[in-house]
Amino acid sequence: MSTVKRIAVNVHISVNGKPYAREVEPRMLLVEFLREACDLTGTHVGCDTTYCGACTVLMNGLAVKSCTMFAVQADGSEITTVEGLEKDGKLHPIQQAFGDSYGLQCGYCTPGLMLSAHQLLSESPEPSEREIRKAIAGNTCRCTGYMNVFKAIELAGRNMKRA
Amino acid sequence: MLGQLGEGAKFLAGGQSLIPLLKLRFANPEHLVDLNFIPGTSFIKEDSRALHFGAMTRHAEIEHSALAKKIPVLHDCAAGIADVQVRNRGTIGGSLAEADPSGDWANALITLDTTVHCLGPDGARAISLKDFIKDAYTTTLAYDELVTEVEVKIPPKGSGGAYLAFKRSAPVYPSASAAVQLTMAGDVCQDAAIALGCVGLMAIRATEAEAALRRKSLDDKTIAIAAEAARAAADPQADMRGSADYKRQLVVALVKRAIQIAIRRARGEQVEGAHLYA
Repeated sequence: MSTVKRIAVNVHISVNGKPYAREVEPRMLLVEFLREACDLTGTHVGCDTTYCGACTVLMNGLAVKSCTMFAVQADGSEITTVEGLEKDGKLHPIQQAFGDSYGLQCGYCTPGLMLSAHQLLSESPEPSEREIRKAIAGNTCRCTGYMNVFKAIELAGRNMKRA
Repeated sequence: MLGQLGEGAKFLAGGQSLIPLLKLRFANPEHLVDLNFIPGTSFIKEDSRALHFGAMTRHAEIEHSALAKKIPVLHDCAAGIADVQVRNRGTIGGSLAEADPSGDWANALITLDTTVHCLGPDGARAISLKDFIKDAYTTTLAYDELVTEVEVKIPPKGSGGAYLAFKRSAPVYPSASAAVQLTMAGDVCQDAAIALGCVGLMAIRATEAEAALRRKSLDDKTIAIAAEAARAAADPQADMRGSADYKRQLVVALVKRAIQIAIRRARGEQVEGAHLYA
């Protein structure tokens, strides 16, 4: 029987603009880092198999599945989670639009959907229906049927453009 | 470095296949060597005869590359792999080195003149893609050797191609896929390459289907004959994605559609090709 040697690595990750320095095991997933080491439980674990997208966060502006990356791989990067969307007590236009359009029911997939929408709208402020479909194809929702999610993303795009 | 760690170590590229495999305990390396922090391994370059992709170039970078659009099969493939999140992380070099029978890149690239550049302690070598993948999940790479670059020769003028895959939903592997590259002189096919994915232990070149197109005028009847030959070449396994007969039927439909898109692209038309979802 071989003994497992515990290894700890220092990582410095900026989450929602705030620096987090932590000592982590190399095998710790990014989503575990966010939820357990940073106490940011808005990022959810759904399937844990790179399918559902509930764990989607932005790494340097790009949507990634945080269950399919190690925390050490995010060392030195900027992560945005759902907690980082709100600014000064004011909901982000994407959050506001999901509420206004009833773009959620149980809410489990919502943080991931909003961050996928964030990458889309930062690249394409007036997305076509096809672009929206492509952008959220990696986010599974088992309640709403997606129609109100589409409406929310369209509305958020319009409101962000106006702002 | 991998030489020092020994055979229990494994390279980690984009991680979109390897990390799920680790969680399932299908792979249990003692060490992972992360390639993501090595500068200069992600690039797309062109010279007079070929496009060159750094091994760590992400699918999303290829999807959005104007250079890669010069060979439409590459854009079709990159833009259709899994979903946005996976395309932001997954790499072309990792996909080839993984050699998953359901992976997209190997099947799309086998219809083109593709060379895989590798580097190990004994130096660099260049291997034709058709010799690189030996079997399901098996390549000619030594354990301490890695892919550095994927070189794709630019097809001749009058050549057009398409890659189509059928998926039950975005994040899953396709149920079947087809890649076609045709070189046309007017309505007559000069050369054809047809490859089938997810229906064998590795991408299958449908040589009888290719022969059915060569030196022929490509009318519906000829295309149907080629698609039937592709059905015979497929060797699918029944699994959660469908029965063997269902997958053969998918192959026929995908090959027909890909041939039709390839013909139009060979004429210089801009045709949007995309993965098909259930």
